[in-house]
Amino acid sequence: MTLIVGASAAGLATAEALRRKGYTGRLTILGAEPHLPYDRPPLSKQVLSGTWEPAKAQLRPAEALAALDAEFVLGDPAVHLDVSERAVHTASGRVLKADNVVLATGLRPRTLPGQRTLRTLDDAVALRADLLKAKRAVVVGDGVLGAEIAATARQMGVAVTLAGPQQAPMALQLGPVVAELLAELHTAQGVDLRLGAAVTGVEDDGVLLETGEVLPADLVVVAFGSAPATDWLQDSGLVLGNGVVCDSRCRAADGIWAVGDVARWHHETLGRLVRLENRTNATEQAIAVAGNVLGADQPYTPVPYFWTDQFDAKIHVHGFVAPGASVVEGSLAERRFVVRYHRGGEVVGVLGWNMPKHARLHRQEITPSCRAPVAASTPSRA
Amino acid sequence: MKITVDQDKCCGAGTCVLLAPDVFDQRDEDGIVVLLDSQPPAGLHALVHEAASVCPASAIAVSE
Repeated sequence: MTLIVGASAAGLATAEALRRKGYTGRLTILGAEPHLPYDRPPLSKQVLSGTWEPAKAQLRPAEALAALDAEFVLGDPAVHLDVSERAVHTASGRVLKADNVVLATGLRPRTLPGQRTLRTLDDAVALRADLLKAKRAVVVGDGVLGAEIAATARQMGVAVTLAGPQQAPMALQLGPVVAELLAELHTAQGVDLRLGAAVTGVEDDGVLLETGEVLPADLVVVAFGSAPATDWLQDSGLVLGNGVVCDSRCRAADGIWAVGDVARWHHETLGRLVRLENRTNATEQAIAVAGNVLGADQPYTPVPYFWTDQFDAKIHVHGFVAPGASVVEGSLAERRFVVRYHRGGEVVGVLGWNMPKHARLHRQEITPSCRAPVAASTPSRA
Repeated sequence: MKITVDQDKCCGAGTCVLLAPDVFDQRDEDGIVVLLDSQPPAGLHALVHEAASVCPASAIAVSE
């Protein structure tokens, strides 16, 4: 029996890959939420805006899930892992034992008491209801999620302020030049950017900055990061440190594996521990883990990739953003371009702005042995 | 095998093209998936299943 703890993209993809690779044993997928597997990237965009009914975010139709021949145990969070017995204890008192346990519990958002955040489908539905009533929203957090929520809320007609400590939205993930273009886009679309000052608290009438200024709001949305959901593993004996620490095979202990946002594994070609919070990693790592569960004994060495859609901009990033940059397709002025990033003589990343196909074609230029620049070591989500 | 793609869901990652370039392509202007062959030969089935599973937008469906 194989037990997958986590019923989101990484957990589901692990199950699918196990079956595709010929695994015929029992398969159980344990999920903390009551929902069947759904996709998270649309939550801050299509589901929040109402373009999609929430049901469209489901990852697979019912017949595809039935064909998987897996037992879904939903709405029952894991609370303890016994590593030597490979047994997972759940909140309701279940004890599930398996030959292999795959940890795919993802992230928990950092929150402020009483404020909205966005991680789950239920969060998205609740936030949408609030946005429909809001006059002025402040989004706290200038990363991918905060910038996407700000863009969607603005397109819903809400007055939006985006607050965060960086000089431009997503500066960490995009580098200064492209992040500045994103700042210009948000400003042109009417988002009030109040960046470069830390948020110190939320008061009755708005958000308090370190400068003492209060940003008025009748709705506050918190999107200032998240942490790997490893609290339930604290007493397991597994090595934890910004995620479940794994070897190059994504193995945390004998018969215990980790996949997706929660996994921090040894990336052999980068030569260091890596944890990626992006959607593509969930499925790519799942395929690697499924193979290794079945004995492939292969290292997982992906080129990271994420995308974001904000207003009319579709931004795709392959590899790592670095200080050395050159435009290789289109032009910045036309807001349609591909930038190639290099460090020394090596191409380490490619970014496309409204040129997804061209960006993907340039991806092949990324040096396989590219070593991640320090500035890009904080993972991004998509 | 019968493949369907949901262009409304597609995010333009091009993961499918990297895996199975004889079956999938992307539009030049916006990167959205184009299905080149909805009933590919048996030799490509494993790659198509992998493309459907790895698609970060869950935009590819495969039926037998």
